Amino acid sequence: MDIATLVFSALYQFGDAFAFLVLSACGLAVIFGMMGVINLAHGEFIMCGAYVTAATVHAGLPLPLGILCGTLASACVGVLVELLVIRHLYERPLDTIVATWGLSLIATQGTLIMVGSTMAGVGTPFGSFQVGAYSYSIYRIVLFVAALAVLGALYALFNWTRFGVLARATIQVPHMAAALGVDTRLIYSLTFACGAGLAGLAGGLYAPTMTLVPTMGATFIMEAFVTVVIGGADVFLGTAPAGGILAIVKSGMTSWQGQLFGQIGLLIAVIIVVRVLPKGISGFVLRERT
Amino acid sequence: MTGFLGLFRRLEGPQTLGRGPAFWALFALVLAGALAYPLFSDGYTVGNTVYFFVWVFIALSLSLIWGYGGSLSFGQTAFFGIAGYGYGILTINFGASYGFTWIALLLAIGMAALVAALLGYFMFFGRIGGVFLGIVTLAVTLMLERFMAQTAGPEWRIGAARLNGFNGMSAMPPLTIPWFGGPIVLFADVGLYYVVLAMLVLVYLALRILMNSSFGNVIVAIRENPERAEMLGYDIRKYQLITFVIGAALAGLSGVLYTVWGQYITPSSMGMTAASLPLIWVAVGGRSDLTATIIGTLVVLSGFQALTIYGSQYALVFMGVLLVLTVLIAPNGLVLGLITWVTKRVARRKQETA
Repeated sequence: MDIATLVFSALYQFGDAFAFLVLSACGLAVIFGMMGVINLAHGEFIMCGAYVTAATVHAGLPLPLGILCGTLASACVGVLVELLVIRHLYERPLDTIVATWGLSLIATQGTLIMVGSTMAGVGTPFGSFQVGAYSYSIYRIVLFVAALAVLGALYALFNWTRFGVLARATIQVPHMAAALGVDTRLIYSLTFACGAGLAGLAGGLYAPTMTLVPTMGATFIMEAFVTVVIGGADVFLGTAPAGGILAIVKSGMTSWQGQLFGQIGLLIAVIIVVRVLPKGISGFVLRERT
Repeated sequence: MTGFLGLFRRLEGPQTLGRGPAFWALFALVLAGALAYPLFSDGYTVGNTVYFFVWVFIALSLSLIWGYGGSLSFGQTAFFGIAGYGYGILTINFGASYGFTWIALLLAIGMAALVAALLGYFMFFGRIGGVFLGIVTLAVTLMLERFMAQTAGPEWRIGAARLNGFNGMSAMPPLTIPWFGGPIVLFADVGLYYVVLAMLVLVYLALRILMNSSFGNVIVAIRENPERAEMLGYDIRKYQLITFVIGAALAGLSGVLYTVWGQYITPSSMGMTAASLPLIWVAVGGRSDLTATIIGTLVVLSGFQALTIYGSQYALVFMGVLLVLTVLIAPNGLVLGLITWVTKRVARRKQETA
């Protein structure tokens, strides 16, 4: 095996890990960064996206449209959850964790009761290609591109649109924004829906690559949590670089010792990072800047 | 001698509900009822009650860390599992003679406490708090479950003990008390019942003393306002770490007793669902009081078990709904809310009659 194929293989694995970390984390990061709320039902929003995507694809829609449906469905559920539960708990961040944890229990078990223990999956599109002795899935490359696209779109949304400006104003000084006529409740609702939608998008994108079971959310949340803890409250200064660093740790450990050690590596990384950088990468960067 | 007696004065205080002769008379009555209970019941039901008691310890640990200390930990089940597996590995390797099971119990709890000390050092001395603490502890729990679930192969063994992956370990010896004329083996019925009941009463009273001592007051002060507690000169990181370790030891005790009770332990006892149940009991009961936590745990557990008989799949949904509603409507817990409501009513009635 020559150097070029080795490098390609490493890059491919890095890209795969990066896409997984960023896509599974960004919904959580938006909600946490903007609202200070940790959504423990994040995994269940991902599951919701994946299930709706699979259902619509089975109904005959093409995959991209199915993913769109999954995203929108998750976002709608997100609005509902925000209205019914989260809205009443903004003053008590620890209680939002507990409440969303309860929601996650309801969602997992409810899906199990209603849909059954598994759902027919969607085939992975695009096939594969050969580099050296190994074959690679094209869809994984698509996922990597999608992760970059999501980061770009979020940047554009929060920096270049009116909603983004209002949202950031609301986050910085809520009562000031309210005094200036911003409907902060609406902004919070929309932000939560945005985060939930991103989770649904992650679910839709990964639906073709995994088995659909009610507990599939649990596969994502550990990675999502770790990325958000290391990244800190800012999506661009935090989640993206954290995704990059963790992807190196994860792909390195995975190719060295296997999947499980990739995850153990992530966990050790997060425990060390919270000791050194308690506010995450973005907290560190922002402190340096000011 | 006076110092020792002083401890007993700490049984009542601002951090725990219940004071005065009326409360202690009720306590003695309940205790007498609990002591007499096996006489009127069959072995199976008593064994089932032991199962409930086993969970009370982990609930108390969560009440200590979360309710009193204010730091939400999802890691209690991790410590539960570590100690449970620890007990299994030790006793399968070294047997049960000469009362070794009790040494194994202590060593297993020590293991859980040690892991908690390590993890807690990184978290509390890194000064992460609030929501991040919950996430990191949850990540540890999930990781441990995944790790244990993949230990199915024959290469995963510690001495004579196979870890057995997803199916878990089984056939570890129960607790035995060495006695003249043959050791007494505590199977999951009346014998174990009295031992666990004694432990429960001891732990409950000890925690009452601890929380009403100056240590407990500092812990509550940190919950109420960490900055102020720090300004008053307390190293809050140390206090939080010690609370975390004590809590982990209690969760570990729960794990060992669980392993002893059923003589098995599986990775799923550390999973998402397992981690959520103690949280529900404690939240519903009333996390900031020991007595309310115990009552809440026993009530919710028996309710859960009754529901499971009629439809196990709906029981978890119901638990989730119960948790969300409790957080929304009675953030301090249903049992605790009820107790404070009743005591207020009684006090008002007294004032009116006086």
